[in-house]
Amino acid sequence: MFDRDRWNEIYITLSRNKLRTFLTAFGVFWGLFMLIIMLGSGNGLKNGVTKGFGDFATNSFFTWTWKTSMPYKGFPQGRNFNFNNSDIQAIKDNVPQAAVVAPRNQLGNYGGTNNVIRGLNSGAFGVYGDYPEIFTIQSYRLDEGRLLNQNDLNEKRKVAVIGQRVKEVLFDPGEDPIGESIQVNGVYFSVIGVFKSSKSLDRGEEDATSIFIPFSTFQNAFNYQNVVGWFAITSKPNVSASEVEAKVVSLLKERHSVHPDDPQAVGHFNLEDEYNKMMGLFTGIEILIWIVGIGTLLAGVIGVSNIMLIIIKERTSEIGIRRAIGAPPFDIARQIVLESVVLTSIAGYFGLVLGVGILEAVSSAIGEGGGFFANPTVDLSVALKSLLVLVFAGAFAGLIPAYRALKIKPIEAVRTE
Amino acid sequence: MIKLNAINKSYSIGKNSLHVLKGVNLDIKDGEFVSIMGSSGSGKSTLLNILGILDEYDSGEYYLGGTLIKNLNQSKAAEYRNRFIGFVFQSFNLLSFKNAVENVALPLYYQGIKRKERNRIAMEYLDRVGLTDWAHHMPSELSGGQKQRVAIARALITNPKIILADEPTGALDSVTSQEVMQLFKQVHAKGMTLIVVTHENEIANMTERIIRIKDGVIDTPSEKTNMLTGTEA
Repeated sequence: MFDRDRWNEIYITLSRNKLRTFLTAFGVFWGLFMLIIMLGSGNGLKNGVTKGFGDFATNSFFTWTWKTSMPYKGFPQGRNFNFNNSDIQAIKDNVPQAAVVAPRNQLGNYGGTNNVIRGLNSGAFGVYGDYPEIFTIQSYRLDEGRLLNQNDLNEKRKVAVIGQRVKEVLFDPGEDPIGESIQVNGVYFSVIGVFKSSKSLDRGEEDATSIFIPFSTFQNAFNYQNVVGWFAITSKPNVSASEVEAKVVSLLKERHSVHPDDPQAVGHFNLEDEYNKMMGLFTGIEILIWIVGIGTLLAGVIGVSNIMLIIIKERTSEIGIRRAIGAPPFDIARQIVLESVVLTSIAGYFGLVLGVGILEAVSSAIGEGGGFFANPTVDLSVALKSLLVLVFAGAFAGLIPAYRALKIKPIEAVRTE
Repeated sequence: MIKLNAINKSYSIGKNSLHVLKGVNLDIKDGEFVSIMGSSGSGKSTLLNILGILDEYDSGEYYLGGTLIKNLNQSKAAEYRNRFIGFVFQSFNLLSFKNAVENVALPLYYQGIKRKERNRIAMEYLDRVGLTDWAHHMPSELSGGQKQRVAIARALITNPKIILADEPTGALDSVTSQEVMQLFKQVHAKGMTLIVVTHENEIANMTERIIRIKDGVIDTPSEKTNMLTGTEA
């Protein structure tokens, strides 16, 4: 294997017609290069989109109320109703597969009228009444202070955790917001924490303009009594969110005298479904990339096989001489297969290096704020596997020419001069 | 050294079969220097292929130095060629990208001898054919006679049982041909068995015995004394 003569001969054969060798190698190079670039781009797209989900629990779902569309138990259709505090315990009691049950209420939103004031500064922000558990469903990076806790909820404290953007609008640069008061719809709250969103794009923007206050405080301060706007619920590990969703929705329908078949009265949205759909899409894209990439690679390998056949043709007399003076057939075949493997491996290696290099360059150029495209890289293991596949492909490409070489009759080869 | 018993060989060309060797019997003793003559189509090349273990025969027996050469697989045939037979060809057939000493050393490479060792042996044989000074020249820098001497050194290096020379002087002028034949004589003088295939009477006359092949059988073996009447196609 590490015989100097063998490598020397491989070098001599391949360098006898440099342009042809280069063009052949380019086919393989291009195949692997394209495969790496495509895989990287696919990963970039996937990373970009999954980053949009942030650390959002993908086993969560939401459910809210809407007008009924069917009459039931003496109630007419078109009836308005709300979830209430007693639903919280009812869900916990009747649907044991639900892990976190977080009731929520919302006041105002991003882009609405100005509802939050501090001194001369004011802004329009989404104000949410929440259980501390909400932070296990959506995660936020706390910059300063703390998040809500159970005591805030129990004692109905007037405290608020605000988004980064809220701080920028209401406070001067360098000012410490912790302990300061802000006025929400005429009620004063004390700021206890500032957070950053872990999501990207619009969703991240929306988070940054949010203010979280205790659920109990929210109901009291804004006269919601025991109304629950909507629920954010997660399933326990290894339980499908869709399964829990169905149970919770039918329980809530029963509790609020809604027809079990009413399609709109209890709205729900399942992140797991969305997430799975998205992942299915990416699996599809990935399969497509592999098919196209392997096709391109195959074309390059066939090119190598082709050129090896021509080389055999040119070397008929040389192979004849070698066989006449006693080269074992295996030795001749090995030489040709090795040449093929060397050509494909070197070309493939350069394709790999350049592909990964370009992906790295693109990755560092777009940095963090890449929108729907983030961190376009290829697993090292995938890269090495494709190189390994290439080496085998090279050996395979050398087999047909090697077989052809073995069929050369020495005496005929020697005499065709 | 060589014993052929009723060797038959036919080639199938499409549906037809061409019977090339029709029961060849031949006996070549150890240390003999013989020539094989015959017109084209006489079966001369086929006989050479069989003697050189480059081709199989259909029936009969071929003994080379007491070893029966029959139904060998490719690897065994290659090994026997390497150890038993030294080839010299009309068109020299040196590898153009290897220098003289590397060409001479090539058969030893297939015996798995280390590079240094085989190049040292190759230098000895190059010395025997008087080309020490040309050892590191490429074949393209050598004259025809020099190339053939390199080829002879290559044939000798494995210390084979026989040397098979196929028209060794066919591409050389008469003076160089004489030099090559002189070299063969020297090799013969050391006890080597040599078989030269040629169509030149002059060359054949320099050997001890002439074997004529005609229409796939050996013509009555003629002694050197009465062969000047020999015809050539």
